[in-house]
Amino acid sequence: MTHAIALQPLDWLNLFLYFISISLLAVGGAIATAPDMHRFLVERQGWLTDFQFNASIAIAQAAPGPNVLFIALLGWNVGINTGGAGPAAWASGALGMALSMVGIMLPSTTLTWLATRWGHRNRERRSVRAFKQGMAPVVIGLLLATAWLLSGAHGNPATDWPLWLLTLVCTLLVWRTRLHLLWLLGAGALLGALGLV
Amino acid sequence: MSAPSPSPDATEARPQPRNPADLFWSFTWLALQGFGGVLAVVQRELVEKKRWMTNEEFVEDWAVAQIMPGPNVVNLSVMIGDRHFGLRGAIAALAGMLTFPLLVVLALALVYAQFASHPAVAGALRGMGAVAAGLIAGTGFKLAAALRNHPLGPWLCTALVALTFAGMALLRWPLAWVLPVLGGVACVLTWRRIAP
Repeated sequence: MTHAIALQPLDWLNLFLYFISISLLAVGGAIATAPDMHRFLVERQGWLTDFQFNASIAIAQAAPGPNVLFIALLGWNVGINTGGAGPAAWASGALGMALSMVGIMLPSTTLTWLATRWGHRNRERRSVRAFKQGMAPVVIGLLLATAWLLSGAHGNPATDWPLWLLTLVCTLLVWRTRLHLLWLLGAGALLGALGLV
Repeated sequence: MSAPSPSPDATEARPQPRNPADLFWSFTWLALQGFGGVLAVVQRELVEKKRWMTNEEFVEDWAVAQIMPGPNVVNLSVMIGDRHFGLRGAIAALAGMLTFPLLVVLALALVYAQFASHPAVAGALRGMGAVAAGLIAGTGFKLAAALRNHPLGPWLCTALVALTFAGMALLRWPLAWVLPVLGGVACVLTWRRIAP
């Protein structure tokens, strides 16, 4: 993973401003903007390798917590690439991570905070109630669609039916029981590690 | 915190976070359980275990979190934190959602290279992916119970759920299209139904 680059102060600023600029475009989650990040960080600036980009997304999805943390890893890797070795690399990795995360979070979080404050103060207005209640069925439809698309990653039902079956069983268990979710994830990991699904 | 509301639903005796630190650790704990998406865990912890909110409130907040730009669960944590302790609460919940998971992700990235190609690790990730899809589907069905007392009635609600699902999952319409159109229709219909 050696991919040495040199970032000037203006480049660091550029990295920060890039994440600021796409923050408000990330409707439906930060992962929706991943193609644009690839264009900017890998293709245009050459700050990251393809391998680093894909590994950052894969790790953040496998790890607990919000998937937006893949952006922290992107920034970390940019910093590592420019930092040489040892503590210097870690320091610039931390700088890259901080600039990327603050950049991507600051505009969208501030907007959400202001908008929902307003919405909560005006929650008895007919328009606010109509909006929040009216969106409920659409949001539930979106959730089911997300689950469907995630299952689609399993591939061909004829050969991958154990994975589909596992998804179906988990759906029923989550819906109908109060079994702890970590048991389900542990069981999935075990079945996968043993090659049963 | 909240002004006296005209609707006398059980807001008085409801459990609440004690202080911003309680928010921070609650969100840390649920973020650390959230492999493959935090949503299912948020519903389980905040609605069913802690009972800080009802299913109906959760769906309403989730709708707003989904429409605002930015990661949905992060938006949700800011909204819930702000409601209880204002800006301090929003920052506490947000910090809980991000701090420890960030350290875990960083640690994983540092050891990833050694284990990524191991077939058992790849298999475990595949199995967890299948479970994660089930967690989201199961949460979706569970939240559908919140539609029971919806002003649009059961048939119209079911039709809207089905249309959204078909448009996104089967026809692959873009979200930027589904949300304004189907959401707009749903909001206008609801607005007419809840006429005073």
